[in-house]
Amino acid sequence: MEKILKRYFPLFVLPTLIAFTVAFIVPFVLGGYLSFTKFTTVTDAKWVGIGNYIKAFSNKDFLSALWFTARFAIVSVLSINIFAFALALLLTKGFRGTNLFRTIFFMPNLIGGIVLGYIWKLIINGFLQHWSVTLTYSPSYGFWGLVVLMNWQMIGYMMIIYIAGIQSVPDTLIEAAKIDGATLWRILRSITIPLVMPSITICMFLTVSNSFKLFDQNLALTAGDPANRTSMLALDIFNTFYGKVGWEGVGQAKAVIFFILVALITLPQLLLTRSKEVEQ
Amino acid sequence: MNKIASKIGEWILFVFTLALSILFLMPILVVLMNSFKGKFYISAAPFKLPTVGTFSGITNYITGLTRTGFLSAFGYSVFITVFSVSVIVLLTAMTAWYITRIDDKFSKGLYYLFAFSMIVPFQMVMFTLTKVANTLKLDNPIGIILVYLGFGAGLSAFMFCGFVKSVPIEVEEAALIDGGTPVQTFFQVVLPMLKPIMITVAILNTMWIWNDYLLPYLLIGNDYKTIPIAIQYLKGGYGSIDMGAMMAMLVLAIIPIIIFYLCCQKYIIKGVAAGAVKG
Repeated sequence: MEKILKRYFPLFVLPTLIAFTVAFIVPFVLGGYLSFTKFTTVTDAKWVGIGNYIKAFSNKDFLSALWFTARFAIVSVLSINIFAFALALLLTKGFRGTNLFRTIFFMPNLIGGIVLGYIWKLIINGFLQHWSVTLTYSPSYGFWGLVVLMNWQMIGYMMIIYIAGIQSVPDTLIEAAKIDGATLWRILRSITIPLVMPSITICMFLTVSNSFKLFDQNLALTAGDPANRTSMLALDIFNTFYGKVGWEGVGQAKAVIFFILVALITLPQLLLTRSKEVEQ
Repeated sequence: MNKIASKIGEWILFVFTLALSILFLMPILVVLMNSFKGKFYISAAPFKLPTVGTFSGITNYITGLTRTGFLSAFGYSVFITVFSVSVIVLLTAMTAWYITRIDDKFSKGLYYLFAFSMIVPFQMVMFTLTKVANTLKLDNPIGIILVYLGFGAGLSAFMFCGFVKSVPIEVEEAALIDGGTPVQTFFQVVLPMLKPIMITVAILNTMWIWNDYLLPYLLIGNDYKTIPIAIQYLKGGYGSIDMGAMMAMLVLAIIPIIIFYLCCQKYIIKGVAAGAVKG
């Protein structure tokens, strides 16, 4: 079989391979190289060593974005997972309309980031009107606005994963615990949570990496205002590339740092899901 | 006694969840409501229902449609999404089958490259990809399909590979021995067995490409606006937004998503949960 199939390499692999090379391999390698150079159009690159990285780490906007992103990730990861888990518990009680509720809670996940951003801009500005201020009045408004938006978008998604986890907990275990007189809290802590741990791990990784990579929502909701204080990493990289002439190299260095951060966060998850595949 | 108590408890939970789900829908309903109000009454009182004085009919929709060219944006979004997703599903399925069945160094290397590309955020290749695509004249609605295939190949091929491994090889070998070419074998024997994972891959890619803003903005945004670009474009460069047109366009952007969701809800929820491998 292998021998015959190999002759069909140009048909089966080549188209994907060409596109993958053009859209991923070349840009990735070129990006890595350019982060060590000064350039404006790629062809005029001059080697500057780690100069761009030094500039990136001493750039006020970048450090502010890094700190903002880290704080945002911690707060949204905790809130999203707590709410999603609670909702999943609620929707596995088996009362009427469970399917309809699941449909509703999941829906915001399908709406794109730009649209989500403008929806919430209207809502939050509407509330802030009572104090005659707007979303871009203070960075902390933008921060909490993004947290609320992200919760609205991601809770339903994580809820789906948690529901699947909770439903796989054997009923007999819970029945036995009830007969032994365990309280609901005790059942949750000693049976449900330990058995749902794989789902919790997946959801943690998903929310962390999605929070880190947030761009569209950030652009639409605050666009970094006031004064770039609510820019997250992805938006700061975009602004460095396209907003500051002569900073392309620094932008690329920031992008490499961003890539390493995201890779460190998502790699364990990838290895985890792969090793599970092997076990099966 | 106990039975009544648990019935009441269930009822309370139901009412609580119902209230919560209405709260969840509120933001969309508020936008819908405001899309029928005059543009100066929106920011001033977003939570007030339209009255005789503030109701503006479909004016906002007409302004929005003419100002953003929403209809052509819708056309481009549909065109790019449909063709990119079809190309991605078909070609990465073929590639995944080949590299799973032919177990040599090249296949292994390509598999690990695909997996690696999944952890690379778009910003890493944003600038250079745009330059490469411009140089190769891929900065048009047809060329962007190739870019989506290349940038989306990692996740899709990775998911197909995982599935192909569980497909019994004996059936394929029998088909080949019976004189079928690999092409016939793939389309008549393998592809039908891949159907569940094809649906998952198609849904994940549809959601990504339909909602994608940055890639089409950088590549073709000046000449061809997709829906997210058209909406962002409405904001303009001077800070003043026509809130009426914005509300109307948000509604028009959400409607196709809701229709799509209601049509294939079962597959979407399953597909998204299965796609949790993606970071």
